[in-house]
Amino acid sequence: MVGTMTKPKVLILRTAGTNCDMETAQAFRLAGGEPERVHINRFIQGDVKLADFAILAIPGGFSYGDDIASGKVLANELRYKLYEQIRVFSASGKPVIGICNGFQVLVKSGLLPGFETIDQELQATLSFNDSAKFEDRWVYLAHDARRTTHDKCLWTKGIKKIIHLPVAHGEGKFIPKGEEVLDQLKKNGQIVMQYVDERGKTAGYPCNPNGSIENIAGICNPAGNVFGLMPHPERHVTKYNHPQWTRKKLPEEGDGLAIFRNAVNYVLSEK
Amino acid sequence: MPNDVKTIEILNKTDGELLTISAANLLALNIQEMKTIQEYFRKLQRDPTDVELETLAQTWSEHCKHKTLRGIIEYRRQTADSGWQTEKIDNLLKQTVMRATKELKLPWCLSVFEDNAGVIDFDQKNALAFKVETHNHPSALEPYGGAGTGIGGVIRDILGVGLGAKPVMNTDVFCFGPPDTSFSDISAHILHPKRIAKGVVSGVRDYGNRMGIPTANGAVVFAEDFIYNPLVFCGTVGIMPKKYIAKKVYPGDLVLAVGGRTGRDGIHGATFSSIELDKDTEISAVQIGNPIIEKKVTDTLLQARDAGLYNACTDCGAGGFSSAVGELGEECGAKVYLDKAPLKYQGLLPWEIWVSESQERMVLAVPQNKLAAILKIFSSENVEATVIGEFTNTHRLELYYGSDQVADLDMKFLHDGVPKYTRKAIWKEPKHKEPSINNQQSPPKADQPLAETINSKNFGKTLKEILALPTVASKEWIIRQYDHEVQGGSIIKPLTGADNDGPSDAAVNRPDLNSWKGFAVANGINPRYGLIDPYWMTASVIDEALRNITCVGGDLQRTALLDNFCWGNPNKEEQLGGIVRAAKACYDAAKAYGTPFISGKDSLNNEYSLKGKSISIAPTMLISAITVLDDVRNCLTMDAKESGNLVYLLGDTYNEMGGSQLFALSGLIGNTVPKVDFIKARKLMSSLTKAISQGLICSCHDLSEGGLAIAAAEMAFAGGLGMELQLEAGSWKLEGKEKKDEIILFSESNSRFIVEIEPEKAKAFERAMLETSYSCIGKIKADKNFVVKGLKNKIIIKETIAVLKESWQGTLRW
Repeated sequence: MVGTMTKPKVLILRTAGTNCDMETAQAFRLAGGEPERVHINRFIQGDVKLADFAILAIPGGFSYGDDIASGKVLANELRYKLYEQIRVFSASGKPVIGICNGFQVLVKSGLLPGFETIDQELQATLSFNDSAKFEDRWVYLAHDARRTTHDKCLWTKGIKKIIHLPVAHGEGKFIPKGEEVLDQLKKNGQIVMQYVDERGKTAGYPCNPNGSIENIAGICNPAGNVFGLMPHPERHVTKYNHPQWTRKKLPEEGDGLAIFRNAVNYVLSEK
Repeated sequence: MPNDVKTIEILNKTDGELLTISAANLLALNIQEMKTIQEYFRKLQRDPTDVELETLAQTWSEHCKHKTLRGIIEYRRQTADSGWQTEKIDNLLKQTVMRATKELKLPWCLSVFEDNAGVIDFDQKNALAFKVETHNHPSALEPYGGAGTGIGGVIRDILGVGLGAKPVMNTDVFCFGPPDTSFSDISAHILHPKRIAKGVVSGVRDYGNRMGIPTANGAVVFAEDFIYNPLVFCGTVGIMPKKYIAKKVYPGDLVLAVGGRTGRDGIHGATFSSIELDKDTEISAVQIGNPIIEKKVTDTLLQARDAGLYNACTDCGAGGFSSAVGELGEECGAKVYLDKAPLKYQGLLPWEIWVSESQERMVLAVPQNKLAAILKIFSSENVEATVIGEFTNTHRLELYYGSDQVADLDMKFLHDGVPKYTRKAIWKEPKHKEPSINNQQSPPKADQPLAETINSKNFGKTLKEILALPTVASKEWIIRQYDHEVQGGSIIKPLTGADNDGPSDAAVNRPDLNSWKGFAVANGINPRYGLIDPYWMTASVIDEALRNITCVGGDLQRTALLDNFCWGNPNKEEQLGGIVRAAKACYDAAKAYGTPFISGKDSLNNEYSLKGKSISIAPTMLISAITVLDDVRNCLTMDAKESGNLVYLLGDTYNEMGGSQLFALSGLIGNTVPKVDFIKARKLMSSLTKAISQGLICSCHDLSEGGLAIAAAEMAFAGGLGMELQLEAGSWKLEGKEKKDEIILFSESNSRFIVEIEPEKAKAFERAMLETSYSCIGKIKADKNFVVKGLKNKIIIKETIAVLKESWQGTLRW
């Protein structure tokens, strides 16, 4: 009964300084979802509930100016003001994505790596780029380079092995708390995306634009429904987003769109 | 009268005393203006309060009123046959820049020269607003804060045009002193050019990126003329439904202050911009920015706009509340209770609250019955909004502090009372040292004899040296620090080509992600030409901006322009003479190309006082162009695409080396500034536009600083491909002694392009370019060498593209 299926409702969570909400909403719209941009104050005041949505997206930007540290204030709001709602949402297996600043929020709120539903103690951080400055550039990403995740992450299931997306951040260097955390991420198959060169080989700067440990660009939680990444899939949904569309033969659809479609299709298949 | 409001005695003061009062209070009012104010208060038989005097000073400032360009100018010009031509010009802007727009009468110009930005038609529903402003003095004193608040200010112009537009792209252009300036060569009281450059870039980065507006286009000029006064131009494009272009304040509407709180930062910004800088200039004139507050204001303001909750809005820019409320209430009157304004901290005097230029503040005119609804929107996202007064029908500006009236001025006097005065302007052609070109040693040195032999090695060296000049060199270090892709509408990015590092001519963006309609933005600037003749500088940079637009597929018929005049002290006859020359070029060029000006700005008094001597900037005109594109998928980039393709040069090359980068290598200017043949230029550009729309062209790059050699090299290395040029194959207008390889390679004649054409499309391309100047001068090669064969068909340049690119990239790899 595909024809009668309603489009999954996607929450695009906004707050002061969020600035990639419009294009993230557009990406979900193109993927068949029904996005709604909602300010966090409405959840804190209780006008709206997370449970009313099928997918949660925390878009890029500079939430609260990235004061203290990138994503920290919004992370604390999730952790201390919406703890129960967000815990239930992620534990129920609903798709959650954090892009760029949203990834920083997921890591700093303990939703990622999410060894438990929400880690009581933070297991990783995203810190200043090795270049010590904000940079906007396109990077190649290998999905599941070690072939260890068995496509556990619902967001990246079946996508191309190497995709091309832009990064635009000043604090994107992924640093796990220690060797044990890194080992556990590997063992659980949580390292979903890594910076590589055009041929899929690991390489230094600028292929790895920020100096991330193990070239980590994105990770998921052990269950595979919560996904965070520094690059911007919403900025590559058509070939005309690509910096070389005037010189290369590229497919009409951009590499990023499949990620959003995966989540929408997952929700539809669960119904 | 409360204790913190002073009455300033002026009624019985002499001229000298009046000037002392103006100077002591940093009012920047001249004697005529002070006497007009004295006259006004004599009639009222009372002295003004400090609030009143400050209000008049801010409103009448050069920054807000553009007194010079709108006043009367007695202009004298020395003609070629050394006779003198005189002319009396009443309102230069109206006679030139605005006149062109009026005469062109283009239906797609929706709001010009009346609001905070120019507005043009975009699609059925929407219009585009565009504004470029300067923030020069603040950036000289505090580069990070000055540049950040420059961006913040121009973004608020876009929020404050009509009922508000959504910002969708930023463009930033800077002029700095040379980065390698020695500390011993500059005064200890100024910041080093490199420090200024880094601070300005960081300021633009942090404000623009946090606002979530892509900074997708710009330019940077480095020259000694900007060591003491850097120039920082910030521009923003916005999109708005056409129904929100008009605004009208009604008596009874409340004055709602929205956004940031008021503090002591930015006091006297408007008047300070009219004063020469020196070692003692107060830094408190620079505002302190907070982009997240402005982002919150943007988010909520557009919601309130769409809900129809206010009748008018404007931003608090120069002059703060004084200008914002003064402008909105001009037609009816306003009453403001200064003590109601939320403050950052206690202790501000009433006049300080009134003129402070604290950032991120907007003023709205809100009908009383909509107040509750609009306050709800702002508070829902933690934006402060406070009623500070109301608009009246008294035609007076009445200010209160508590229950005390602290100002009571007639709106008509406030806005129209500024005396119109006459200034003198003079124009004489300057005579610069004329370098002679020596083929044996490059760069050329002055006073060296012309040599006839060509030393092939030197052209390659010269090419690399020009590529490495900071003005020409890659700006990747800057560009990558800007988020140029946020909002997801980026189509042609500032860097392009095989390695994403070639220099794009213009930025293309689509503001509506459900449509392929878009716009392109480009700039033209060249202060070196201004040192020779501001008329031809202006004509050249208009041509440059339009060339850039043409390169990506834009059409002159849908292109609008903005001007930004940056000059020294206009009280000096020669400075004003240059401004007149530039304005006349604006008119001539706009008319000839059919491209109207829709808004503009001037920043005068860019001078620095050093040991009693004034140092002025080079006369500088920035022209910014915007064009509407029906389908961004037809756009073009400048990088070479495929080996075997043909390379054509379009347009004529003349012996126009004045102001060239070749001369810059030896620190010289010369005199033969590039000129423009407007009719030929327009014909060439429109033919090229047609050829592009027919899909006949693979890549297109304009010839600007450095000329043919630089443009061709850039096209080659951006595409990661080699190129071979044969100058012998060109059809040159140059004759005799002027027909030389170095002139062909390095002259900066206007209205020229280099294009790449597939061999099988060459015939169709030549047909499309009929009646224009074109010649096939080379080929794209797979071998990654850049080779030029000179007029005598001998190799005069052979370099690998990697080496050329490294020269170009190395300079500003900070």
